[in-house]
Amino acid sequence: MEVALFIPCYIDQFYPNVAKATLELLEKLGCKVSYPMDQTCCGQPMANSGFERDTEGTTRQFIETFKSYDFIVAPSGSCVLHIKEHQPEIDDLEPFQKEVQSKIYELSEFLTDILKVGTVKGSFPHKIGFHSSCHGQRGLRLSSSSELNEAPFSKAKDLFAGIKDLELVELSRKDECCGFGGTFAVSEEALSIQMGKDRLADHLEHNVEIICGGDTSCLMHLQGIAEKSHKPVKFMHLAEILNQAIS
Amino acid sequence: MSHPSQAANFLKDEKRAHWHDETLWFVREKRDISSKGIPEWEELRKLASGIKDHVLTKLDYYLEELEKKATENGIKVHWAQNAEEHNKIVLSILEEKKCKAIVKSKSILTEECHLNPFLEKHGVEVVDTDLGERIVQFLNQPPSHIVLPAIHLKKGDISEIFHEKLNTEKGNEDPTYLTNAARIHLRDKFMKAKVAITGVNFAIPETGEFVVCTNEGNADMGVHLADVHIACMGIEKIIPKREHLGVFLRLLARSATGQSITNYNSHFRSPAPGKEIHLILVDNGRTKQLGREKFKNSLKCIRCGACMNTCPIYRRSGGYSYGSTVPGPIGSILSPGIDVKKYSTLPFASTLCGSCSDVCPVKINIHEQLYEWRQEITKAQGWSAKGMSMKLANGIFKSPLAYKVSGKILRATLKTLPNSIIYNPLNVWGKGRTVPEVPKESFKEWYQKNRS
Repeated sequence: MEVALFIPCYIDQFYPNVAKATLELLEKLGCKVSYPMDQTCCGQPMANSGFERDTEGTTRQFIETFKSYDFIVAPSGSCVLHIKEHQPEIDDLEPFQKEVQSKIYELSEFLTDILKVGTVKGSFPHKIGFHSSCHGQRGLRLSSSSELNEAPFSKAKDLFAGIKDLELVELSRKDECCGFGGTFAVSEEALSIQMGKDRLADHLEHNVEIICGGDTSCLMHLQGIAEKSHKPVKFMHLAEILNQAIS
Repeated sequence: MSHPSQAANFLKDEKRAHWHDETLWFVREKRDISSKGIPEWEELRKLASGIKDHVLTKLDYYLEELEKKATENGIKVHWAQNAEEHNKIVLSILEEKKCKAIVKSKSILTEECHLNPFLEKHGVEVVDTDLGERIVQFLNQPPSHIVLPAIHLKKGDISEIFHEKLNTEKGNEDPTYLTNAARIHLRDKFMKAKVAITGVNFAIPETGEFVVCTNEGNADMGVHLADVHIACMGIEKIIPKREHLGVFLRLLARSATGQSITNYNSHFRSPAPGKEIHLILVDNGRTKQLGREKFKNSLKCIRCGACMNTCPIYRRSGGYSYGSTVPGPIGSILSPGIDVKKYSTLPFASTLCGSCSDVCPVKINIHEQLYEWRQEITKAQGWSAKGMSMKLANGIFKSPLAYKVSGKILRATLKTLPNSIIYNPLNVWGKGRTVPEVPKESFKEWYQKNRS
């Protein structure tokens, strides 16, 4: 299966290992992966700050870069949700834009729904806390939402289920926001930090070694707080754990 | 005052903020248990949402029907275009009855209209009879939550207030003791009031009746003892038929407190012999909101407060941080419609986590409307430094080369800057967080070297 990799800007600049893990993982699972060199950013930081109308150029660039691929996969629920729901409409690219929006997938979603891998086989002897990022969870419905009366499910947890010795803890508050929220992290700094501290405490009370998630932005925020207070916990993206477990 | 500074103030007392968060989370958990106890929960939400959508498309028709049927039942119906008109109507009824002291059960609409200060200015004593609301009234505060008005106060605080106002024993924090003191105090007020004011939870054009839901029975006590009942409602409170209560009452109680049913759901259809019922229908910006395509369905709200209890921001910043009559997520999409400038920070007091939309019993897409209000607010604000930086960012992201160069500069700068500059007070990110370690190359650079 041929796949184009979309690596969000902050992952490209600050977390290249997450991008490499995503690339390697997809290849191990039999995909032919290309990384279009002209990609930049999805436009989310501007749009969530109230400037969706100013992301036309960014959006145009995104559509032009990815329009010729069958599948687009990104290791970020948040950016994928933005492309699906909050890109401004570009009239002269309309059919392409609709296509791009329908063929872009978050990584765990792609593995589960398109590649249909079921679970990943491998070993990863660690105790893990999984942070469900809100945009992936309630936006893309990658896992059940604790507010809804629905059967519990989680695409990430299904992928982990076949990995030997991986212990996934059950958190007290299953899906509370970590407080990152893009520019919220800066504009509502006090709240953002308090939310992050509380989220972190839930994981630490359950003695996790590694906090894992599908969105590096949430992890970056939580890691920043953990490091500032010298908390002994590691952070890994879902792609890194799956890629490491498989080999 | 902006939300961020109010929130920061609230969080200064970390222990108390933590207690506030836990208290409201407890209510959210009760709501979860109760909503998951009925298999048809999601079906009920869908029905409620559909009924309210329908009402909003025919609101004019239903309001006139309500007026017709209610009038036939002997209710006197009044129309108020805004808060001022509403308050004047109430005052004129009181003057006609020569009434100088009234009791009022919880009505967020009268808070919205600032009825209490208005009546007090005209020499009328207003006593809120909902226990929580009486407590905040003693402090001259508005409710901090629409269902749990004094949720920001602890037992100890209430003990102190009651000691001062009701002469209870100093230091006695026993809830039963304190509640009983309030009961005795309120009984006296109930007995003396000739006019009682209530809000309205649901108004039914089919029958011309309205329904008031309380847990304390205070609305009923007030109304039955008084000669005149004034009920104040926002024009969106309509449900077409009485049978629709079977949907809404089940959703309301479970969403608000986790109860399967509110203790008192009282139907008012016609006045008892010799008594009067007045129903005031208030617009106060609602038709304007109805005209805003993206925001009109905020009028579906049944004021259950579930979005406040679930909101990670509200729980950690308290109701007063919003500075609006209705706080929390729903308040943040209603208030900018009233005054876009005054409430400009509210739609940004969210991470857009979406919990509010999933918890909402009438399926209002609250977090999507928060996003949409952000777009409107930045437009209304005109030029800003933030706006300029966003335009600049778009300039970078639309060009692969500009992106590559600026990324390189950013990483190089972060790598060479000493910690004293990175963790400078001006760098808000760095106040409570470390910045990510800077890699020697971006993924793009690595890919170019190794894969292409």
